[in-house]
Amino acid sequence: MNKLELSSLYQLTMVRFKLILREPEAIFWIFIFPILLAVGLGIAFRNRPADVLPVGATTPQLAQALTREKGLTAATMDEAAGTRALATGSILLLAIQRPDGVAYKFDDTNPDARTARLLADGAIQAAAGRSDAVRAGNEPVHETGARYIDFVVPGLLGMNLMGSAMWGLGFSIVEARQKKLLKRMVASPMPRWEYLASFLLSRLAMLVVEVVVFLGFARLAFGVPFRGPLWQLGLLCVLTSLVFSALGLLVASRARTMEAVSGLMNLVMLPMWILSGVFFSATRFPAAIQPVVRALPLTAAIDAMRGNMLQGMSMGQLTAPVGILLAWFVVPFAVSLRIFRWR
Amino acid sequence: MKNGSSSQAAGAQASGPALLLRGIRKAFADVKAVDGLDLEVARGECFGLLGPNGAGKTTTIEICEGLTPPDAGTVELLGLNWAAGAGELRQRIGIQLQETQFPDKLTVEETLRLFRSFFKRGISVGESIGTAQLEEKRSSRVAGLSGGQRQRLAMACALVGDPELLFLDEPTTGLDPQARRHLWDLVERLKQAGRTIILTTHYMEEAERLCDRVAIMDHGRVIAQGTPQQLIATLGGEDIVEFAVGGAEPGGHEASRTIVNAGLLRAIPGVQSATVDEGLHRLSVSELHIAVPRIFAALRGQGLHLSEFRTHSATLDDVFVKLTGRNLRDE
Repeated sequence: MNKLELSSLYQLTMVRFKLILREPEAIFWIFIFPILLAVGLGIAFRNRPADVLPVGATTPQLAQALTREKGLTAATMDEAAGTRALATGSILLLAIQRPDGVAYKFDDTNPDARTARLLADGAIQAAAGRSDAVRAGNEPVHETGARYIDFVVPGLLGMNLMGSAMWGLGFSIVEARQKKLLKRMVASPMPRWEYLASFLLSRLAMLVVEVVVFLGFARLAFGVPFRGPLWQLGLLCVLTSLVFSALGLLVASRARTMEAVSGLMNLVMLPMWILSGVFFSATRFPAAIQPVVRALPLTAAIDAMRGNMLQGMSMGQLTAPVGILLAWFVVPFAVSLRIFRWR
Repeated sequence: MKNGSSSQAAGAQASGPALLLRGIRKAFADVKAVDGLDLEVARGECFGLLGPNGAGKTTTIEICEGLTPPDAGTVELLGLNWAAGAGELRQRIGIQLQETQFPDKLTVEETLRLFRSFFKRGISVGESIGTAQLEEKRSSRVAGLSGGQRQRLAMACALVGDPELLFLDEPTTGLDPQARRHLWDLVERLKQAGRTIILTTHYMEEAERLCDRVAIMDHGRVIAQGTPQQLIATLGGEDIVEFAVGGAEPGGHEASRTIVNAGLLRAIPGVQSATVDEGLHRLSVSELHIAVPRIFAALRGQGLHLSEFRTHSATLDDVFVKLTGRNLRDE
């Protein structure tokens, strides 16, 4: 055996590694799941500038006039069929030929339907001979970084780092406690801090793979931008992972059963899934609860990552979220070291 | 590693006792688990703590191992105590806990390599696998081991540091008879290497076979202590005769069991003591071949018919029954 093999910290870390890699479910949740989620959301929320809105018309003449508008696709149907199509959402608007003109039937609370109303009216008026009073041309802008997928990737990254760190630490520790393995470990000369440090170290090593796979996919598949310094983004990921490892440690420091620790973990993570702006901006919550929302570690992590990736902010401009993250690392870690139940 | 093998364990600094307990007390809530315990174990000795479940054996051994702090009393191991010498003690003792489940997805070798890394000196991983006779299972995962193999792995984990003092907490509980004998062989080899071994068990035959000295525990106290032979000798006879007599009709029901006058039984030459429990008479007998015909004759003289009769060599179980009136394994 060489020197490294005799180092207990190395052995503990390697053991953690092997145990993670031998757990197929863990591989799925850590590596595959975030990619599937990104793909799903990318498809569902892709921007649709060229989307064509389906509409209906009661006469072929109206339908023909509507079809001339590139933003619309029109079908001819009688009023009863059109009303049914409206109700099922297969068309957004029905243009009805009346003796005195045209009536539009649509849901005026639906933005797409209101757009269809504007386009349809323009097309019908133009077909009837109205000419534009002012010449107008379009200069479309498709800026990366402003799309939903660009917004949601840092959110998913933060959420994934939170989940894998908390589940990874919480369950393994409580399982070891339940199986009396923790007690067996402290009955040996193993330094206790090394046991806890091995979790953090193996987490960091997994993190490299996890983050590179996920962000690499986001870059290649969606062209998500990285405007800030990459090494600082890496540092933010490490810090985020340490924060949630410390929280995982805290949650697992006393719990004796899997049920207890899952309950505690959901209690800690659920508010952040909702409040921390993973899928939509956290600023949408009322001003009264904003201080709470801002103080959550996941909010800080996601804010900092969005700042780095989307706005190209450097560490110096992210002191507030980084400070919040540091506090969330130091305090839970110190507390859990103090209250940790070794048997 | 190669030259470090079990040489140091054999009789290292053989001065003073390996273990010294004085006035140990420990209560959990209002249950007194250990209630004033004194013990002394010499170096190189194999010492057994024998008692029914709940007697306080595990609490006692965990106090020795520095895993449970006692409420009162002093613990001294190899001349050191846990307050000042924990770091050194952990290096010099080996521990096998009652129910450790090692990670299912690690192999035998990986598990041992991990435990070996905790010790500054000790035997090689290969040697520990050899000692525990797990060569064939070297690359098998823990999940695929039998109960006996898991127990031998736990033993190997306790041995990788080449300990001077080895604690085994119920090493054979839950094993089938063959696996149990296999483990006994292993412990016997370790004894021959000169290690001090302290083990707990509720199997008398285990204590009789393995231990140089035993302490019988009940309700947190030591109720008898000595070599198995000494303890058995306190019964007065080396054999036990158990019998029950029916009334007039042979093969009578238990309800019709008759109690024979104890004074009459004790008067039979060779009978050292007599007790009765639910109609079952239990005699401690020396010179069985002479005493038995006399017992038969005495009962016939009373006009009594035997409904049950058996004899066995006296064991520590009989010592426990004599001391407590209860059976060790009935708990």
